[in-house]
Amino acid sequence: MTATQDITIGIELPPLQIAPISRTTLALFAGASGDHNPMHVDIDVAKSAGLDDVFAHGMLSMAYLGRLLTNWVDPQAIRSYRVRFASITPVHGKPTATGKVVAIENGLATLELTVALDDGTVTLTGDAVVAL
Amino acid sequence: MPEFPPSLRSPQMDQSVIGQELPPVTMTVDAGRLRFFAKAIGETNPVFTDLEAAKAAGHRDLPVPPTFLFAIELESPDSFGWLADIGVDLRRVLHGEQSFTYHSPAVAGDVLTATPRIGNVYSKKGGTLEFIEKASTVTRENGDVVAELTSVIVVRNIDGGSK
Repeated sequence: MTATQDITIGIELPPLQIAPISRTTLALFAGASGDHNPMHVDIDVAKSAGLDDVFAHGMLSMAYLGRLLTNWVDPQAIRSYRVRFASITPVHGKPTATGKVVAIENGLATLELTVALDDGTVTLTGDAVVAL
Repeated sequence: MPEFPPSLRSPQMDQSVIGQELPPVTMTVDAGRLRFFAKAIGETNPVFTDLEAAKAAGHRDLPVPPTFLFAIELESPDSFGWLADIGVDLRRVLHGEQSFTYHSPAVAGDVLTATPRIGNVYSKKGGTLEFIEKASTVTRENGDVVAELTSVIVVRNIDGGSK
């Protein structure tokens, strides 16, 4: 965890690289997160909706970004955390979570957050506010 | 964007759902469930899985990861029933946005209740995309607010919602 006095504007968090997302990961995340939407685990249902395959839960990528944050600050220091889901993450997608401090004000740091796949597709953008 | 078969097309949602409260859902945060969640997301920070590490870092018990509170509502036996009730086929749904505002840290052993309410409902692109906002407040047994969550759910229609 980073000592909070070292946090300055422009500092980048160490990127979090995730291994390609497997079907096993999607099954585990469905169970652990309680999101049993079959579109993430059952290819027959995905095909019935006209898709070629299942796709990853958006909240899985948001959880990866959360790991990026809590690798860096105490979870209790996070005041707010929000994302927009920009693109679907396919099975075998390889996300990397990145973040940068963009503002520091009144003892609070604002971070800009992104998840992108190795082909450059941005899947999530967001921000978080953490107490210093 | 893929084309959906006609059977998945639905009429536009009824605006009367705006402001509708959904049934509250209560979850006792279980340490085993938190370890399972940590495994699923590849979390290796021992603060989230090892009680001694959590206590050494100043937590009362294993802390919940930042997005775990989203799971509370999903504990409901028919967690997507509210979507079906307003005419939405789960297969056409995408998660558009998600936010968490934290007020009080939650840890294993806490009994938390999420109280969801449907917010605004609107369409874009001539009805080919519909948006449902949902806001939930998570409280502890003593009424203290733990967090506020907001979601934007996107429903993809292919027929422009003209039916």
